Amino acid sequence: MNLAATPFIAPSIDWFSIAPMLILLGGGLVLLVAASLTPAWPKHLYSLSTIALAVATIVVTCIQWGRISDSGPRFVIGDALAYDHFSMFGIIVVCVALILVSLITDDFVRRESMDGPEIYGLYIMAVIGAIVMIMSNDLIVLFLGLETLSIAFYVLAASNRRRAESQEAGIKYFVLGGFSSAFFLYGVALIYGGTGSTNFGRIVASFDFVPLHRSDSMVLVGVALLLIGLSFKVAAVPFHFWAPDVYQGSPTPVTAFFASVGKMAAFAAMLRVLVIALPSWKDDWRPVVWIIAILTLVIGSISAVVQTNVKRMLAYSSISHAGFILIGVEAAGHAGGSSADRGGMPGTMLYLLIYAVLVVGTFAIVSVVGRTGDAATDLGSFRGLARQKPLLALALTVFLLAQAGVPLTSGFIAKFGVIQAAVEQHSYALAIVAMVSAVIAAFLYLRILISVWLADPEAGDDARETVRVPVSTAIAIGFCVAFTLYVGFNPGWFIGLSETVVNVASPAFGG
Amino acid sequence: MHLAIASPTTTWYLVLASLLFAIGAVGVLVRRNPLVMFMCIELMLNAVNLTFVALARKLGDIGGQTTVFFVMVVAAAEVVVGLGIIVSILRRRPSATADDIAELKG
Repeated sequence: MNLAATPFIAPSIDWFSIAPMLILLGGGLVLLVAASLTPAWPKHLYSLSTIALAVATIVVTCIQWGRISDSGPRFVIGDALAYDHFSMFGIIVVCVALILVSLITDDFVRRESMDGPEIYGLYIMAVIGAIVMIMSNDLIVLFLGLETLSIAFYVLAASNRRRAESQEAGIKYFVLGGFSSAFFLYGVALIYGGTGSTNFGRIVASFDFVPLHRSDSMVLVGVALLLIGLSFKVAAVPFHFWAPDVYQGSPTPVTAFFASVGKMAAFAAMLRVLVIALPSWKDDWRPVVWIIAILTLVIGSISAVVQTNVKRMLAYSSISHAGFILIGVEAAGHAGGSSADRGGMPGTMLYLLIYAVLVVGTFAIVSVVGRTGDAATDLGSFRGLARQKPLLALALTVFLLAQAGVPLTSGFIAKFGVIQAAVEQHSYALAIVAMVSAVIAAFLYLRILISVWLADPEAGDDARETVRVPVSTAIAIGFCVAFTLYVGFNPGWFIGLSETVVNVASPAFGG
Repeated sequence: MHLAIASPTTTWYLVLASLLFAIGAVGVLVRRNPLVMFMCIELMLNAVNLTFVALARKLGDIGGQTTVFFVMVVAAAEVVVGLGIIVSILRRRPSATADDIAELKG
């Protein structure tokens, strides 16, 4: 065999299709370079320019959405990226999360005297990584996106240099993240060995057309390693142990960013890999996802109840949410990404959209209650919030009830979507475990609410710093409340929107 | 007696890579020095590189070999970030091991 004989043909590049990444990359670099060459900018300007970039990206993505509706999904840049509604939906979710997180970061960084362009630059780079993951149609491209996202995340976790907890979160996330990335990459290598390619289209094709190159045992080990790597990233049990420490130690707006953008990107990647690239092996990976989903639901909900730190509670609650999203992934797996998918993929994506907004709103409130120093996040710090800031307490109530899945909030629509998808695919056991664990998790949210509304004041409460709600954070919280209630009362348009994501660019199903 | 020495096949390299990967993984789990844990992660990534190259040779495909360059770039970026975080921790607490960095628990 002569490797040098293969001629290299550069793929044609459709620049418009990668415009969201280009806008964020160009804008992010300009922001970092300009800010480091000029004196400190007036306040709000760093976050406003980040928000402007995200808005521009959303506008371009909407234009792309229209074009895809006209001309259909396709692959771009040598089949490395998928240009379809699934990608566009994911890009909009991460950009909305970027806007909301920038709003709550704005005042936070001044309060903690760590103002500067760096944190925004890192947000933007992480979002680019997330977009690459969401659009990826090749395991290596997916790995590069994952690393772009993760490396930015490690720095963000450790970004508060004055707090030892933040450094600790950074090193823990770094070691465990690097560990899981290595597993993911080993999985990629074995799938490459078994199927002869890392491209999703050729992996699918290898099952039917290239039996000589297919080595099932190698592929199966590869799938298992990929699942380990992805489960780490979405914080699914038994690969969840980093999440509580990292969520608690990181600066609170950064935690919101991890929970929204990190989950969106990792689950989009999971759907792409399992449902689109490996549908031929679905009978092998579906039982594993089934077990991980049940473990995640049960252990996430039960461990949350015994915590006393609200950031830690919310970390476990995000683990149990990951369990719900895994139900959607499992349901999508039954159909293998074909048009027979009745709700698996749309349910998952809608859940991720709703959860991203919910979790940013919740952590926005935790970040203002954390007060100067970002340390007052135990249950006691929430005591008396209802007397001091009734509107803030009301907003927190809306978010927590929505996270619990109470009807007439967006959380109910999200949970209903994935459970309905599971029932349609006759995964009754999964649906029942999900509903039971939702009840257990409700106890956790009620504990926080009792502390906010009913707990008696204790000595020393008056000596605490008063909770201050800056305008930018108030705007973010207001938007999140409005979205949560609007989707709860009138979900039709969003459900319709999420149903278009089934329309993926996929070689196996004539996409 | 004449011992025929078989020339190495792809399988040898794959087995070697899996052993290196296992050594790295066990190292991350049992060693307590952040720098050594970090080196073990690098060992895991390089074991994967060896797997890629061996498989590329077996498949007669250039893709696996080019992948190694991407992985090397990613590993270099991880070195920069990882050492940055480790240095900022060690500056605060010289001689910290992974067991000392344990304020977050619950």
